[in-house]
Amino acid sequence: MAYLQTLVNGIVLGALYACLAVGFSLVWGVLNIVNMLHGSLIVLGGYLTFFAWHGYGISPLLALPAVALLLFLLGYVIQSVAINRVIGAPVLTTLTLTFGLDLILYNFMTVYYTATPRRVTLDLGPIDIGGIVVPLDRLLGMLLALLLTGLLYFVMRRSRIGRAIVAVRMDSAAAALMGIRVKRIYAITFGIGALMAGATGAIFAVVYPVTTNLTGTYLGKAFVVCVIGGLGSVPGALVGGIVLGVIESFSGQFFGPQHALTVGFVLMLVLLVVKPTGLTGIKGYE
Amino acid sequence: MSRRLQYIIFVLWVLALATTPFWATNYIVRLAITIAMYTSLALSWNFIGGFTGYPSFSTAAFFGLGCYAGAVSQRHGVPMVLAWIVATFFVGAFATGLGAIILRMRGHYFAIASIAVVEVVRLVVSSWGSLTGGGDGLNLPLLTGGPNAVARIFLLVMIAIMVIVFVVTALVDRSRLGFGLRCIQQNEDAADMVGVDTTRYKVAAYTLSALFCGTVGAAYASWIGYIEPSDSFSIIMTVKVPVMCLLGGPGTMLGPVIGTAAFTLLEEVFWANFLDYNRAILGAVIVVLIFFLPGGLLALSWRDLVKRFAFRPQKAST
Repeated sequence: MAYLQTLVNGIVLGALYACLAVGFSLVWGVLNIVNMLHGSLIVLGGYLTFFAWHGYGISPLLALPAVALLLFLLGYVIQSVAINRVIGAPVLTTLTLTFGLDLILYNFMTVYYTATPRRVTLDLGPIDIGGIVVPLDRLLGMLLALLLTGLLYFVMRRSRIGRAIVAVRMDSAAAALMGIRVKRIYAITFGIGALMAGATGAIFAVVYPVTTNLTGTYLGKAFVVCVIGGLGSVPGALVGGIVLGVIESFSGQFFGPQHALTVGFVLMLVLLVVKPTGLTGIKGYE
Repeated sequence: MSRRLQYIIFVLWVLALATTPFWATNYIVRLAITIAMYTSLALSWNFIGGFTGYPSFSTAAFFGLGCYAGAVSQRHGVPMVLAWIVATFFVGAFATGLGAIILRMRGHYFAIASIAVVEVVRLVVSSWGSLTGGGDGLNLPLLTGGPNAVARIFLLVMIAIMVIVFVVTALVDRSRLGFGLRCIQQNEDAADMVGVDTTRYKVAAYTLSALFCGTVGAAYASWIGYIEPSDSFSIIMTVKVPVMCLLGGPGTMLGPVIGTAAFTLLEEVFWANFLDYNRAILGAVIVVLIFFLPGGLLALSWRDLVKRFAFRPQKAST
């Protein structure tokens, strides 16, 4: 029974991780850029949600779409203005650039909001199903996360934009020949990545404290999920997220919570060496 | 820039740093120690990031391990200088073993693995409380003789390390190893094809990039007298060092020296005026560097710059 509870905790956590990583994974897969901004964008989304709730009493559920839209615009602008200029450059260049942008965003958030942890407290209480206890706000977060991830999957499969993104991902030169404006697709993709980060931030504001100290942790989780699941696909992020959630949950129980993070990173290093395409990845399509 | 000119500039720079206690305030002396320290780190990073072109972000792991290896051996009764040597070889051995594993990856995967190494080592060090003191950190015996004398000693120590790293850089630059590393940087598959033993060369470069970070770390620990995980394994350092090297000119001998000097001075100027924004300033330096100085300061052609600003080309009006 105790194991079942741990498993359920892990899956709830995993759904949140999947939502956290899916935008990061998309940007990495399509643009071939490791977006070091992701963690800060999540926290920014969290702050916007928190202040909408705290200042104007707007429920996080209502704030979520607005926050997501704002971050989409921010992401679109960042990509068009800055990152599009270095696309195709060596990893060192792109990674350092996004890290630099991250430092700027991080710094401004720390100065304006200070690092004091804040949290949207909904006080929904726990729910008890057959002896397994799940806090209701977490459950709500998980459902929202799954819904958003599913929505993104649907957009990627069915919409024109989604197909264009997939085409650019497979072969950007051929996509350009088919009349796709590649730079614009890049900007939209980065925008979607930021949108997912903002939405994740809105969900996390209900579950975790919002503080700039967590940007690095979130980014680390996104790395691990991507490496476990494989890059650039929604199902990959979902698998990676849930695997990481369950592993962290169990290793937290066996080795103590302070080692859960280490286990995740070690797992990632091992997987990087053994199977860099991830659990769902296809060889030569990284 | 000819080789001889580079040596001359470096010697002049070393003399300028080494004589600071005689003509400058304690603040400048401290700054000189920091510059010498970061120059060693940037020159070290240059082996893997500049010559070989691998986006390694594990400098902080090597530096931090050096701090702890030095501190732990000093606390177990090893004399100070010997502890630094122990730290050097410990970190070198660590990098060789690690490099043999993670250098099989390329591009983003290598970059991420190298960042993850920093995190894993930091987490291990902070949870291994019995040996490392955990989050409380470790205290080290301070040298006697007053702060000024101690600062002079460590200034000379850091400069000595910097000179050693520079000499090694100059040797590698001229050697077969340096040539092989440059080949890998340009095209690893082609280098492999013409007979460069890429794996061995890369591991050698990675080890070189770690070795002196260990010495610097251990010396830093002895200088400061107190270390703790979040300071020793700082994620900022792991980015700052590559940025310093890139700012000067990666893959050159003098680039990291110039880059570190420029970066540190810039940082000091801004730091004094905008204390809250030091991370944003590092970020802004990065953005400017990537957009406007792709080859670093050394790659700037002053003649072109003068031309561009003095005789702005007329736009064709149609």
